[in-house]
Amino acid sequence: MSLTVTDLRVYYRTLRGDVKALDGVTFTVADGEIMGLAGESGSGKSTLGKSLIRLDGRMRHVGGTVELDGDELPIGDDARMDAFRFHRVSVIPQYSMSALNPTRKIGKMVAELMASRGVRLEPAELERRLDLVGLSREVLDRYPMELSGGMKQRVVMVISTLLNPSLLIADEVTSALDVSSQKAVAGTLLQLRDAGLVTSMIVVTHDISLVYQIADTIMVMYAGRLAEKAPAGVLVTEPRHPYTKMLISALPEVGVRYEEDSRLSGIPGSPPPLLDPPGGCRFRDRCPIAFDRCAEQPPFVEIGPGHSVACWKAGE
Amino acid sequence: MRRYFGRKLLIYGLTFFVAVTINWLIPRFMPGDPVQSLIARANIAQPEVVEAMRVRYEGLFGFDMPIWQQYFNFWGALLDGDLGVSIWLFPTPVADVITRAVPYTLGLLIPAILLSWVAGNRFGAFAARRKWLDNTALPIGYVLTATPYMWLAILLAWALGIIAGIFPVAGAYSYAMQPGWSWEFIGSLLQHWFLPFASLFLVAFGGWAIGMRNMIIYELEADYVNYLRALGAPGRLIRRYAFRNAILPQITGLALQLGVLVAGALVTEIVFSYPGLGNLILQAIQNQDFFLLQGTFLFIVMGVLIANFVIDIVYVLVDPRTRAGMGGAS
Repeated sequence: MSLTVTDLRVYYRTLRGDVKALDGVTFTVADGEIMGLAGESGSGKSTLGKSLIRLDGRMRHVGGTVELDGDELPIGDDARMDAFRFHRVSVIPQYSMSALNPTRKIGKMVAELMASRGVRLEPAELERRLDLVGLSREVLDRYPMELSGGMKQRVVMVISTLLNPSLLIADEVTSALDVSSQKAVAGTLLQLRDAGLVTSMIVVTHDISLVYQIADTIMVMYAGRLAEKAPAGVLVTEPRHPYTKMLISALPEVGVRYEEDSRLSGIPGSPPPLLDPPGGCRFRDRCPIAFDRCAEQPPFVEIGPGHSVACWKAGE
Repeated sequence: MRRYFGRKLLIYGLTFFVAVTINWLIPRFMPGDPVQSLIARANIAQPEVVEAMRVRYEGLFGFDMPIWQQYFNFWGALLDGDLGVSIWLFPTPVADVITRAVPYTLGLLIPAILLSWVAGNRFGAFAARRKWLDNTALPIGYVLTATPYMWLAILLAWALGIIAGIFPVAGAYSYAMQPGWSWEFIGSLLQHWFLPFASLFLVAFGGWAIGMRNMIIYELEADYVNYLRALGAPGRLIRRYAFRNAILPQITGLALQLGVLVAGALVTEIVFSYPGLGNLILQAIQNQDFFLLQGTFLFIVMGVLIANFVIDIVYVLVDPRTRAGMGGAS
């Protein structure tokens, strides 16, 4: 098992109390697996992504463990976590366009970063990886502002994976791009895994249709908890959680004509406040099939091969 | 690159022209008649002699010509390097009077500007990292930077000069000494230099420290810092990058502050009777010395413009974004 997360809880500290953005999450990611992590904004997907590499100042690790290749990650301890960052866990941040120091040439920045981590970098290896993502070697001699957004993103991809991490977290990497660049970036992520530069990957996104094309499995989160995890094909074609079903049915399909009176359905209502969430299943206020038992939190149980759902009615 | 500097030079030339014109105008708006006071100094009673002197002086200073011609003559003489003759120290040429005062002003200004900038930036960056230092340094910085130069100068003169008696409070060297290159004289120079320097240094230091502290805190929140932190880069590298980026606005700030600092130096010189340009301006105004006033202002304008130009060049060297902007990004 590459990554094992057990009952992870990460809260945001606010003046009015703790916002329970990640409230007891348990799952595994296998070696070589690309897992898409989907959910609407506020579902806790980005919090989960960040928790695995670096908590920001307001986040607090409340409970649960994260194990990577048999070693427990000290996610609550910023200083001890440094040993794992970059070497074992790495990230492609949401803000790739501005992730590079504007006053350093890219080659120099990479060299300084590597030297500061005490790693010797083979220039040939760096060039090989630039070739892999289709960047010319000249970018090393450029300042970030001289590159296009897509180029900067690819540079960040190369830098983040230089030390062959076991786990790569790609946080909303396609959100700021146009559709053709999105496809290229998705392809590059796949390449990184296939070339063995990254063992497994979590692709955080709100775009299920994009992640479906590259992910082996997709995990859907809702209001700080897991809703469903399944192989990508199964999740899209046979979703079992009512939230996933509604999420999938809200996606347009290519080649299907929608009559004027049958518009795409959305999901009525909005997620519960996470400052003081109601007990039981958090989706039950919006759920069309909710019943009395939903006042009790349903467990996240496996109902098929690699297919887990947190819903009392999933087995029916 | 060439177009950029060409445009800059044009702007500086235009600024120079306007500033010098204003410098020429200002003394002439002053009430009073300089020739009259020059004659009064001679203490002569006979009206015909007075009349003869008036004609001679007015001819000498060119006051008998129409005002527009005086203006053109002024530019003509200026381009020849002739700043005219001082009325206050008649008949010493203005250029000589200024040459004698300039070393004192530069000796105060250059160390005060550069040291306060370097030390203020370092201290501000350092304070941003430590909570307790930040909490104590920040109020002190605000008090310092809000202090008028002359007020701090008076306080320092009172505390360290009059009460403690450590430093002399007037002049550039002991009045009992002859200028020369003896160690004793240099010691006296330094002793007299310290208080005016300290008052300039402290006020500017507070401003730079606060600016840098704010910039560093801003930079440490930037995306590139978050990325480096996520990759586990050590604090040393992150702080170096943040400092390098935070220093850029401080360089622009230096260009903007130069004029203020020069003005501060002038007032400080007057407080300490320091024989630099500030003192000259005071004397020139009191004696209605048009030419000395013009000459001193001219020197200050040139100094500020040259310093700004140097900063423009430095900025191009340290910020790659300005370089790309000049050639059109490729």
